[in-house]
Amino acid sequence: MEKKFSGKVWKLPDDVDTDTIIAGRHGVLPTPKDMSVHCLETLRPELASTAKPGDILVAGKNFGCGSSREQAPACIVALGIKCIIAKSFARIFYRNGINNGMFLIESNDLPDNCEEGDIVTVEVNKKVTVNGKEFDIPNIPDNLFEIIKDGGLVNRYRKLNEANK
Amino acid sequence: MGYTLAEKILMKNTGLKEIKPGQLIITKPNMYMIHDIYTPFVIQKFEEMKFKKVANPDKAIVILDHLMPTNAAKNDPRHYRAGIELSQRFGIKKLHIGEGISHTLMHELGYAKPGTVVVATDSHTPTYGGGGCFCTGIGFTEMAAVLGSGELWMKVPEAIKVVVEGKLPKGVYAKDIILKIIGDIKADGGTYKSMEFTGSTIRDLDMSSRFTIANMSLEAGVKTGLFEADKKTAEYFGMDYDEISWIKIDEDANYVQVLHYKAEDIEPQLACPQGVDNVKPISEVMGTKLNEVYIGSCTNGSIEDMAIAANILKGKKIEKYMKLVIIPASLKVYKEAMALGYIETFIEAGGMVSHPCCGLCCGQPYGLMSDGEVVLGTNNRNFIGRMGTKKSLIFLSSPAVAAASALTGVVSDPREIL
Repeated sequence: MEKKFSGKVWKLPDDVDTDTIIAGRHGVLPTPKDMSVHCLETLRPELASTAKPGDILVAGKNFGCGSSREQAPACIVALGIKCIIAKSFARIFYRNGINNGMFLIESNDLPDNCEEGDIVTVEVNKKVTVNGKEFDIPNIPDNLFEIIKDGGLVNRYRKLNEANK
Repeated sequence: MGYTLAEKILMKNTGLKEIKPGQLIITKPNMYMIHDIYTPFVIQKFEEMKFKKVANPDKAIVILDHLMPTNAAKNDPRHYRAGIELSQRFGIKKLHIGEGISHTLMHELGYAKPGTVVVATDSHTPTYGGGGCFCTGIGFTEMAAVLGSGELWMKVPEAIKVVVEGKLPKGVYAKDIILKIIGDIKADGGTYKSMEFTGSTIRDLDMSSRFTIANMSLEAGVKTGLFEADKKTAEYFGMDYDEISWIKIDEDANYVQVLHYKAEDIEPQLACPQGVDNVKPISEVMGTKLNEVYIGSCTNGSIEDMAIAANILKGKKIEKYMKLVIIPASLKVYKEAMALGYIETFIEAGGMVSHPCCGLCCGQPYGLMSDGEVVLGTNNRNFIGRMGTKKSLIFLSSPAVAAASALTGVVSDPREIL
């Protein structure tokens, strides 16, 4: 994974729940790609069809609250979105996001200092920058960074299992 | 220095002699459960990870409850088939099809025992914390890793202590306590944390009430919601109390927050449209028109909940245009409710009694609400669109408020008829 990358901001509110990210009835579609057409559709109907790979979601507190459905991060990843910056994440979403190879950054201040369409630059384990303002971000523990670097938990274990052959 | 319940159970699981919040540890979960929404995805991820076999098939449980029976012929049958495949191909003998809601079965069948670590592919996994089990939800990719490796990383959580003292007023139940707490600390008030319950009111609660509170503590974002073990816990699980008496909060344990409640001050509570932390006392929502009432779910589908509803509905008829759906949480609850005459009471009152499953709560098997319709349920979550279209409205309450409201067709206070 690149240590520095930039992306265009989609601004989302507090408490975006997993039913909003992907409704239960769409969560049984065959693949995350199929589901991604419905990603965040009740909140931002245009997002799924117009988001570009590399875009960044910027949200308020408690992003991904609700169910354990991993279809939520998986369908966001299927849109090519690999990074979310939020004031806080719901616990299971945080784990699922990392396990799907997503970079999740907690920043209490950045969401209030950027608007839809702004360009955010992320420097892993250092800072995020938007509109000339810099914000510190927490370090991600080594074992979690390994998972993200390998592109998620599946690739991580595949690598380990293949190495053990 | 003392320890919280979460710290004590994680120390026992890992064999670590000391532990502190924020520490990353590798646990070996004692049991792990997969339900039907995730069965195909778990198999897929397991294969992609290049695992050949399940490390401990006896620790794995597969329960089919969300899509029981099939909701949509196009996509759902593969979840059922994948559940059977998990069992046949990997030697997972604990397979339950249509026997009830996974979380209820997990404690009813003794899979989630006091003092153990249990994970499952569902957010409401904290339910078994009512029995002093450290249990938490994980995703299907992690579950595949747990099946293959038998291990799971966890961060030792900080903890919040909730102390409830006194005697609950008539018509006020466990559901009202936890709704009140969620309304106060909000949907993210417990994020990443262990919420641990104590005090005289908590000790007086029966096991089903403890499971109700633990189940719904998740709606405050917690990792797990834990109760101390006592003689009731031991009796429920058929264990010696001496085996589990260590599951007690140390007086000098470190809590990041302590909440105090007086039971006498709590009145019936409702989570209102559209947020589980938009909680109001019943006095502020009385009289709201309802189209449907749902009594059931892993939160409030126990025999005790059925008894509360039957006591209110006995000998009466529900409102003329009301749709009342009642779903016992497991076959055991269903049979007991039949033996005790509750099912007959529900039918005589005009209710529709259905087979044990996740029912209306997950918006899947049936009972979907449409634009403008209002449902009051005893389940745990009222996100927009969860039980139907995004313009349907969801209230959440105790079974007593639900039953009283089914009789009148509007939100009603059970204290007036009890």
